[in-house]
Amino acid sequence: MELETLLLSRIQFAANISFHILFPTITIALGWVLLFFKLRYNRTGEERWMEAYRFWVKIFALSFAMGVVSGITMSFQFGTNWPGFMEKVGNIAGPLLAYEIMTAFFLEAVFLGIMLFGFSRVPNWVHTLATFLVAFGTMMSAFWIIVLNSWMHTPQGFEMIDGVAHATDWSAIIFNPSMPYRFTHMVLASFLTVSFLIAGVSAFRWLIGGRTEGVRVAMKTAIIAAAVLIPVQILVGDFHGLNTKEYQPAKVAAMEGNWETSTGVPLILFAIPDEEARENRFEIGIPKLASFILTHDWNGEVQGLNDFVTEDGEVLHPRVSPVFWSFRVMVGTGLLMLLVSWSATYMIMRRKRGVEGLPKPMLYALIGMSFSGWLATLAGWYTTEIGRQPWLVQGVMTTKEAVADVPAPLVLSTLIAYLLVYAGLLLAYVFVIFYLARKTARGESIGTTIAPSPAAVPKAMPAE
Amino acid sequence: MNYFGDPTIWLPFVFAALMGVSILIYVILDGFDLGVGVLFPFANDDEKDRMIASIGPFWDANETWLVLAVGLLLVAFPSAHGAILTALYLPVAIMLIGLILRGVAFEFRAKAPAPHKHLWNNAFFAGSLMTSLSQGFMLGMYVMGLEWTLANVGFAILTAVFLTVGYSFIGATWIIHKTSAVLQAKAVGWAKGGIWGLVLGIGAISLATPFVSTRIFDKWFSFPEALYLSPLPILSGLLVVWLWSMLRKMPYAEDRRSWQPFAAATALWVTAFGGMAYSFYPYVVPEQITIYEAASAPESLFIILIGTCIVLPTIMGYTVLSYFIFRGKATELRYD
Repeated sequence: MELETLLLSRIQFAANISFHILFPTITIALGWVLLFFKLRYNRTGEERWMEAYRFWVKIFALSFAMGVVSGITMSFQFGTNWPGFMEKVGNIAGPLLAYEIMTAFFLEAVFLGIMLFGFSRVPNWVHTLATFLVAFGTMMSAFWIIVLNSWMHTPQGFEMIDGVAHATDWSAIIFNPSMPYRFTHMVLASFLTVSFLIAGVSAFRWLIGGRTEGVRVAMKTAIIAAAVLIPVQILVGDFHGLNTKEYQPAKVAAMEGNWETSTGVPLILFAIPDEEARENRFEIGIPKLASFILTHDWNGEVQGLNDFVTEDGEVLHPRVSPVFWSFRVMVGTGLLMLLVSWSATYMIMRRKRGVEGLPKPMLYALIGMSFSGWLATLAGWYTTEIGRQPWLVQGVMTTKEAVADVPAPLVLSTLIAYLLVYAGLLLAYVFVIFYLARKTARGESIGTTIAPSPAAVPKAMPAE
Repeated sequence: MNYFGDPTIWLPFVFAALMGVSILIYVILDGFDLGVGVLFPFANDDEKDRMIASIGPFWDANETWLVLAVGLLLVAFPSAHGAILTALYLPVAIMLIGLILRGVAFEFRAKAPAPHKHLWNNAFFAGSLMTSLSQGFMLGMYVMGLEWTLANVGFAILTAVFLTVGYSFIGATWIIHKTSAVLQAKAVGWAKGGIWGLVLGIGAISLATPFVSTRIFDKWFSFPEALYLSPLPILSGLLVVWLWSMLRKMPYAEDRRSWQPFAAATALWVTAFGGMAYSFYPYVVPEQITIYEAASAPESLFIILIGTCIVLPTIMGYTVLSYFIFRGKATELRYD
């Protein structure tokens, strides 16, 4: 019974946070992309930048709303499902969450209103400033959350008094060892997600005949951004992995599917980890490569999973298959991103033909990659979060200790309700993005969110 | 670690006050935009667009006060947060799904194809209704001490209805202020039809509260404590009379005083909330856990407080700025 509640609560939180992260992943970077469009427009006065802004600000508003409502859900679930978390480490998690709300949430929420509806009511520079503050707010929000999450992976700067964590050094807590890597990795993931989304949706509009200057400029910006960022992301990911090896070796062992500590460990490309037998089946690997990647020495020693089983048989490493596979999905998607963005950039650069140089198959590939950022981001988060299990805060408290004693059927019923709502909303979200794309491609106006007609501005408004 | 005086006394008190203020601001601000959602079925399609336009730039920031209130409960009184939210597991889940539905409906109703618009209008109404009802239900359960007995649930169902009607009332007063002509006249009617919810809600909670515990009973009916409380019912009564006399004559020529019903409604919420806060202090979980028992460690509260002192005035500042920029009658707010 207790176990069922734990499992269901975990699935419910995983469902919630998976659904939630999709939207911040878009808004964190899209805010800056919109600011870029706006600044280009301010600088050049070219209408095409504003056209791109007007289309993507709608996707931003939609994503933002989805992110807000699913984020509120999570702040409540700490209490409804995981009261043990705040009771034990609330002295550390609390201030970090409080700073997120105070420095980020309000900033985003208030200036979003001005960004979306204030174009005709405020001077242009205030509107640009509002766009900046919204982008800055989403970034701050990501910062505080990543600080807390990283602290859960690499906790420091605290002492335990009567079983409760008390902060001793805030700068050590904030700048904990995995934070810089995780934050950079996530921000880059966000920019890549947005790049592929813009490239994919623009390719779709292009294919069905919406060949405007705004589409052209958005697609080109997105493809080049992706091509520049993906190698950086691969490099940062590698650093992040090395950091994980230092602080959470069990996670890396699960990622690599490496059971026994040894030297000259092969890099496993494919295997089916068998948790019962504690070995891999159908293993295909490249000799010594894992040792080389993780220790930069072909014969370096790499710790295996068997080191993380206590003498009385308690397993202190995560289940291997989910970590092993989600890691491969993330890396595979990343490599595909590299291939697609570099070939598309090459085609654009070749003989300076711009996006006209993209053949149909390339456009289809870009459309297919529209949501690849989501896939890679989710897979990455699954790797790191499942990889921390059975710990909730590494070495400090287990997930089991934090769960609320809510009857399993009750958790199951709310879980089903959330899943239904999320599935419906996700479908509606993707549908609406492509609906707006079709609408603009047909040359129909998709409204004047940021520039209402002068007639709509009432007398009561201040003279500008 | 010696701050000013004993930090285990004044820090919890300050945080309880901050949390109280956040909840109060939340029920007023999100109260009116939830109320606008509850009133949706009574309006035609054009009016619906105008009603959305009257809350569009604000709702998101309004909801953030809920996040702040729960956040403060979470960070300042973690054990109370766990106790309250696990006891209210189901209504919280219903409220969250309601908030999700109405929040996304703002965007979807304008961006989805025209034939789908009525679906999202329904989602907006249903979400607003679910949120209001579950908040009212939670209020009732909280007052009754979070015990799931039949009588308490019955009481909570009553407060659910009253709070929902109360929200629709303050929503109507907001529409009176933000619109004109036919819709404004309609909203006056809605306000007149909804004021009973607020009156009965305050009445029901006032009747029930002193009987929850002898401690509160003594606070209310023993001399001289009763004197401290006495201004609240008198003030509330006067506010209701003033509201009613205004609503009967509305709208005034040249839209004079259109902001006053909303202001009076706000004042009414403040008195009701003040009464509750006075009664339940010093408990954060009624009659079980006091704010002093539930408080986090002083060093953690202190670091939050430093940030709060800097950030909260800033938040207030740009919130006022936003209401200033979007002041006046709601006009076309094109989402699509």
